[in-house]
Order: sequence, then C-alpha cells, then structure tokens
Amino acid sequence: MNPTYAHMLQQEVPLAWYLLLSAALFCLGVLGFLIKRNLITVFMSIELMLNGVNLSFVTFAHQWHAVKGQIFVFFVMVVAAAEAAVGLAIIIAIFRARATLAVDRIDLMKL
Amino acid sequence: MNANLHLWLIPLLPFAGFVLNGTLGRRLPQWLVSAIALLMPLAALAVVFNAFTATAAGLPLPYVETCPIAWINAGTLHVNFSFVLDQLSLVMLLVVTGVGFLIHIYSVGYMAHEEGYWRFFSYMNLFMFFMTVLVLAGNALVMFVGWEGVGLASYLLIGFYFQRDSAADAGKKAFIVNRIGDFGFLIGMFLLLANFGTLTFSEIAAKLTTSPAWTGGILTVICLCLLLGATGKSAQLPLYIWLPDAMEGPTPVSALIHAATMVTAGVYMIARTHALFDRSPFALTVVAIVGAATALFAATIGLVQNDIKRVLAYSTISQLGYMFLGCGVAAYSAAIFHLMTHAFFKALLFLAAGSVIHALGGEQDLRKMGGLRKKLPITFWTMTAAVFAIAGFFPFAGFFSKDAILYAAFLQGTSGKVLWFVGLLTALLTAFYMFRLWYLTFLGESRSGDAHPHESPWSMLGTLVVLALLSVGGGWIGIERFAAWLAPSTGARAVEAGNQQLEVLLSILAVAVALLGWYVADRFYCRRPESPGQLAAALPAGYQLLAHKYFVDEIYTWTIVKPLLALSRLFLEWVVDMAVLGGLAWLLARVARLAGAILQRWQSGNLRSYAAWLAFGAAALLIFVFVPWTTFLAGFGIHLSMAGQ
Amino acid sequence: MHLILFIVFAGLCLAGAVNLLLQSHPISSALSLIVVMVSLAVLYLLLGAEFLAAAQVIVYAGAIMVLFTFVVMLLNAGREERTRGSYAARLVGFPAVAVILGIIATVILKAQGLGSAGLRDDITSTQELSAVLFTKLLLPFEVTSVLILIAILGAVALARHGDGEGTPGK
Repeated sequence: MNPTYAHMLQQEVPLAWYLLLSAALFCLGVLGFLIKRNLITVFMSIELMLNGVNLSFVTFAHQWHAVKGQIFVFFVMVVAAAEAAVGLAIIIAIFRARATLAVDRIDLMKL
Repeated sequence: MNANLHLWLIPLLPFAGFVLNGTLGRRLPQWLVSAIALLMPLAALAVVFNAFTATAAGLPLPYVETCPIAWINAGTLHVNFSFVLDQLSLVMLLVVTGVGFLIHIYSVGYMAHEEGYWRFFSYMNLFMFFMTVLVLAGNALVMFVGWEGVGLASYLLIGFYFQRDSAADAGKKAFIVNRIGDFGFLIGMFLLLANFGTLTFSEIAAKLTTSPAWTGGILTVICLCLLLGATGKSAQLPLYIWLPDAMEGPTPVSALIHAATMVTAGVYMIARTHALFDRSPFALTVVAIVGAATALFAATIGLVQNDIKRVLAYSTISQLGYMFLGCGVAAYSAAIFHLMTHAFFKALLFLAAGSVIHALGGEQDLRKMGGLRKKLPITFWTMTAAVFAIAGFFPFAGFFSKDAILYAAFLQGTSGKVLWFVGLLTALLTAFYMFRLWYLTFLGESRSGDAHPHESPWSMLGTLVVLALLSVGGGWIGIERFAAWLAPSTGARAVEAGNQQLEVLLSILAVAVALLGWYVADRFYCRRPESPGQLAAALPAGYQLLAHKYFVDEIYTWTIVKPLLALSRLFLEWVVDMAVLGGLAWLLARVARLAGAILQRWQSGNLRSYAAWLAFGAAALLIFVFVPWTTFLAGFGIHLSMAGQ
Repeated sequence: MHLILFIVFAGLCLAGAVNLLLQSHPISSALSLIVVMVSLAVLYLLLGAEFLAAAQVIVYAGAIMVLFTFVVMLLNAGREERTRGSYAARLVGFPAVAVILGIIATVILKAQGLGSAGLRDDITSTQELSAVLFTKLLLPFEVTSVLILIAILGAVALARHGDGEGTPGK
C-alpha cells in the first residue's frame, strides 16, 4: 500500500473540524430561517439548527468522555419531537384560518 | 423680683380657642362655643393683668421671654421666638385684651342668630392670637408673623358673609392692599438685617446708641420702608382704600379690628422702632405730613357719607392720622395715649352703631334713621359719651389725648404750626360730622318707617356702658404721668411740659373749634334740615367729589389695576399659558406620536424581520463577549481599567 | 479511515443543508434534511455514540421528518411564492449570521485543548448510557414522558376540526 495512503488511513480528525461543521450547520439553519418563505420550510430550518447543536454536544461528550453530553442529545431529540408535533399542529391550524403558508402573509396576531 | 409672667400664654390661649372652635365648633352647642370663645381672651386678659400688677409691684422692665428652641440659625442670621414686655407692649396688651374681651362679650349678643357663629368666634380668637404676637414681638420677624396674621384674620372676618360678593371683594381688597404695605415692611426688614445684622429691637436700639452720629441716609430709607408698611396696615394715604370697604364685615369686627386694635398696629410699629425714626428727621417729617394730610382728607370725605359705618370708618382713618402726626413730631407717648383713648371711644361708637343697626333690623343708612333717642336710651347715652369724647370736649378722654398731640405739633417750629392748624381744622370737621351722625341717628323725626326699634340685650348694652365709662374717664391719667410712665420704652422725648399757658390756650382753642362744629351741625341737621340739601345743590361739583371719595378708587383702578390686569393677561395668559405651556404640550405630543410612528414600523408582525433582529442581537452579544475589549480599545489609545485589577 | 469517512459525510451534511436552502419546493427541502440527518447519524457513530446514531435515524429521520412530509402533503403546499420580502431580513440578518459564524469559528480555532477523534475503541455502550439515564437522571426521563403526553394532547387539540372554528377565510 502507498505509505501516504496508509498514513491517511490512520489520520485522526481534529475535533475542531466537527465543531466547525456544527457551527456551519447552525448558521445555515439561521440563514434558512431568514430566507425561506414557506412556513414549513422555516420550521425545518429550526430542526437543522437543533441538529447542529446536537453534533457539538456529541463532540464534547467524546472529548471529555462524559456520557452526560450524549444524554443531553437524547433529551434534545425528545423535545424536538414534541415541538415538531405541536408546531405542525399549529401550522395546520394557521393554514385552515389563512389558507396560505407564506410567512410574509401571516403577520397578524389575530387569526 | 424674679417672677415668671408666662407671657407665652397670652397668645396661646386665644389660639387654643381658635383651634377648639375651629375644629369642633360646628358640632358644639352655641353656649359652649361662646364659653370657649370668651374664656380664652379672659384668661389672656388675666395673664396681662397679672403682668401689670407685677410691674406695678416693682418688676423691672423690659421683661424678655425667649423660646429655648431657636427659630432661624442660618449663618449670621439668628432669630428667636422672643416676647418682650415693656411699658409700650403692656399698654397695648391691656387695650387689645381688655377691649377685645369686651367686644367678644358684645358679639355673643350681636351674632347670636348668625349662621356660622362658631366660625366667627374662632376667627376672632385667631385674630387675638396674632395681635398679641404682634404686640409682644421682640424682633421684627416675629412682629411680621403677627402682622401678616392679623391681615389674614381681617380678611377672614371682613369676608365673613362670604356669600355676598361685596364682602368677599372687600376682604380681598383689604388683604391685597395690606400686602403692598407689607412689601415695604419686608424691604425695611432686609435693610435692617443688612445694616444691623439683627432684627431684635433691643439690639438695634443698642447699636444706635453706640453710634450717636449715625443719622439720615440708609436709616431714612429703612424708616420710609417701614412707614409704607404702617400706612398699609393703619389705612393712611395712599393705602387707606381698604378700610371703608372693610365695613362689609360684621360690626363687632369693625369695632375690634378696624378701630381699636389692628389698624393701630402701624402706629405701634413706629413707636416700637422709634429709635430708628428718631435718627431720621426727614422720615419723621414724612410721617407727620402723611398723618396730617390723611386726617384732613378722610375727615372731608366723612362729611357727606350716608352709611353710618362708613362715617365711622373715615373717622377712624382720620384719627389714625392724628396718631401718625403724633409720631411724626416724636411725641410717641402722645400718639399711644390717643391710641388708647381712641380704642375706647371708637369701639364704643361702632358697637353703639351696631346696636342701632340691630335695633332697626339691619338698616345702616343715616337718611332712614332718626328719633331713636327715646326708644334706645342706653344706646343713645353711651353713644353721646363717645361723640363728646371724639369731638374732644373736656373732660372726656379724647380731649386729653388729642390736645397732647396738637400741642406737641405746635411746638415743632413753623412746619409744626402748619400741622397744628391742619389738625385743628380736622378737629372742626370731626366735631361736625360726628354731631351730624348723632343728630341724624337719634334726634329729629323718625324716618325709619315701619321698623320697631327695640333696645339691645344686656350682653350688648353692658359692653357699651363699660366703654362709655372708659371714654369718659380714660384720659384722666393725664399725658404727663402717662408719658413719664411710658418713657423708658418710647424715648424721653415725650411731651414737654414747658409752656403751661400755651398748652391751656391751645386746649381752649380746640374746644372752641369743637363747639363751633357742633353749632354748625346743629344748624344743618336740627334747626334747618333742608340746609344740607341746599348747600349740596349750590356746590354740586364739590359735593360730588366728596361723595365719591375724591374718586380715588376709580383712579387706582384705571391707573394701576386695569393696566396690571391687561399686562398679566397679555403676558401670563397669552405668552406663558398659550404659547409656552400650550406649545410645550403640543410639542411633547408631537414628539411622542412621531416616536411611536417610527417605532411602530419595527413591530410589523413579520416573522422574518423579527428573526433577523434576533440574529442581530445574538451577534451583538457574541461580539460583546468575545472581543477582547481592553486590547481592542488600547489599540485606539483608550485604556480601560477593570475592577479588581 | 476516519478522516475519509468524516470528509465524505460532512460534505454530505453541508450539501444537504445548502440544498435545503436552495430548493423551492418544501418536499425537496424535507428530503434534503433527511440526508443531513442520516449523515449526522454516521458522524455520531464516528464519535462513538452508537445509541444516539440509532436514535437519530429512528426518531429524527424516521419519525419527525416523516411527520413533516405528511404535513407537506396534507396541506398540499406548493412551490414557494414570490412574496414581498422583508428588508430587515436581508440587511440586518445576513451580516448578523456572518458575524455569528465568524466569531464562533474564531473561538473554535483559537481554542486550546481540543483533542482529536479517530477509530478507536471508545464507543459509549448503551449500557453505560442507560446506567446514568435510569438512575441519576430518572426524574428528567419521566418528566419527558409527561412532556410528550402534553405534546400529543396539544397537537390533537390544535389540529382537529373544531365546531365552526378553523375554516379558512373566517
């Protein structure tokens, strides 16, 4: 085998890269929240943000060998599930009242 | 003898009466209100009497009582609540509490059927409180408290029938005109403070004795300022206009406040500060001229008045002019003597007039009176005593005091002789209009129509009798003895018992003049009742001038009051109220609306916009946390020091 | 091996995320998000969190995203409309996001003491996880079950056709 290739196989990934990826995912989520015009897509960007944060938790759990980091991710997932359920129910209710899913059209408190 | 005279009780007892009747009086039965109202001045009178006997037994005067708690201690200004009893304040206190108490008794009868009986007596007690404070004051500031306070009580009592517009207006007029005088008093006090560093009368007198060469100049200015205050309170030219209108108040009020006590406060103040006035011949001359001029002026107006109380009001102004004349020729004890006798007979005149008014069911017009001699005998005789006293007949009280003043004026050089002549002329006029009043009220045919006059109750008549006795015998102490007794407090320049014959001659002249006045009044109002009408028709302009009081009120209105009102309206209403305040309010409203309009756009309801601002906030927070500010700012040369480093 | 796997799946993650932003139909965005989540599951495995990787696929990709897809299809959400955008979002939001990313990146890159990950045997076993979860963190665990119950109730209450409520245009 090629020594450089073998070397590459043994290479370790600095945790900083994981964290950078996590930051990138988070910021892309925020960006999506700002850009997208469909209510459901906006909601999906929120899920993206949550995932980015989960990744950073797992990274740090790996660094400190702490199980608690992973347990926190577990709880985040649970909460995200509950949130998704309720949030989508709300979106359905809004759609029934407004007949539109455009974020810019839904700007009154009173449905 | 080191007796404690408890001077502080003298004001405080009436004050307690005021508080009790003022707070509880509405619910108390009338007899209890009267009891409280009478008991307090009586108790004060008892304390004064006790002080008098102590003095007679040898207590050295002046006797000073100072409150241990200092009033003002600001830098170099030290003022205490101090009461001083000397001969001057003692005689004033006797007059104030004595005559005051008698008038309170009279009021119980006079005001018995009035609405607001309790209010009347609480105000009367309040007045007694302030008047005694004024008299007992040991320094100018405490006197000023009393000064203002009697003005307040006067306002409250003049406007007692406050539902009447004229009464309310009269009260306001009295207070405002007094305030103009008080301005002079205040300026005088400020100048005293600036030049003497103290307001205590004894200290001022002491400072003056240590610099015998200090005359004129600033002392004249101070005296003139104080004189302005005195003219306001004592109704002299030019601030006399409130006193005739003050007759709107109940008659006991006119008797107590506007005859016997409050209006004499000006005279008292000048006598109290005589040390200053003695150093300023110019100021003394001004005082004398003001007094003489006012005496004559008011007497001329009193000749043609038809309201019985108005006649007496102008008479009061005129007699006060006499007192000022006395002060102006440095015969302070003569002025105080006349103050005392005047209190007796003027109070009596007012109270008797009140008895007449009460008998006629409220009628005050002289033209509707007459023939009351038989129906109101006691009132008639007591009033006769008073009329004789004021006219200056021997041996009534007024004779001694008025003559003392005229004699002192005569001795004062050429100007003194002019003043004497003016005083003599005024005496003639005084006799005339008093007898005119006497004739119109009691003698002749009854012009009062259907009224059934009945004599007043004994609560009123008793007072009349006592005052009549005082009017008859009040002067018998004699000016020499009186002046000698008063000398330590008013200076030794009392009436000089120099030329006995001159004095007797002048007295005879004065009595003759008074008799002349009586004779003329007799001709006009008794023998030929149509003569006054004919004379008035013959000199219409003169008559109108006098009847309209020389149009002084109108002149004041057009030259002072109306321009002031217009200026105030222009400045305060247009400029300040509408432009400044209105504009300010308008501006604030506009700014608020504008800010709201701008901020409103931020709350659009747009989700994305909110999200953007959230991100912005998060970014700002991160910047704030993670940027190393100390090194960042150090790069710009700004060095921060963090706490704990 | 680890590096290659990381590069591949991290790339997939980013690609999916970017695609989520670029697509105009919500269903395409949903599918991109599923790609992201599955890639993340692999990354969790690389970091030794095997339970979480499984949970990620089962719960996140398998339940939540399916729910999203259901709703998209239920509401028949079409392509995104061109609506009047929000100026604030572009003017304020974009720089803000850039700043956030920049600062976090700077902090991460400057941090000392971060280790590295490789193919090692430090996989967290499920047994370890549950040992902590069911003993020390039992209460939060039970509370989350209550939370889910509430979420169910809420969703049912919000989304049902009420009596005369929820009709469009009312």
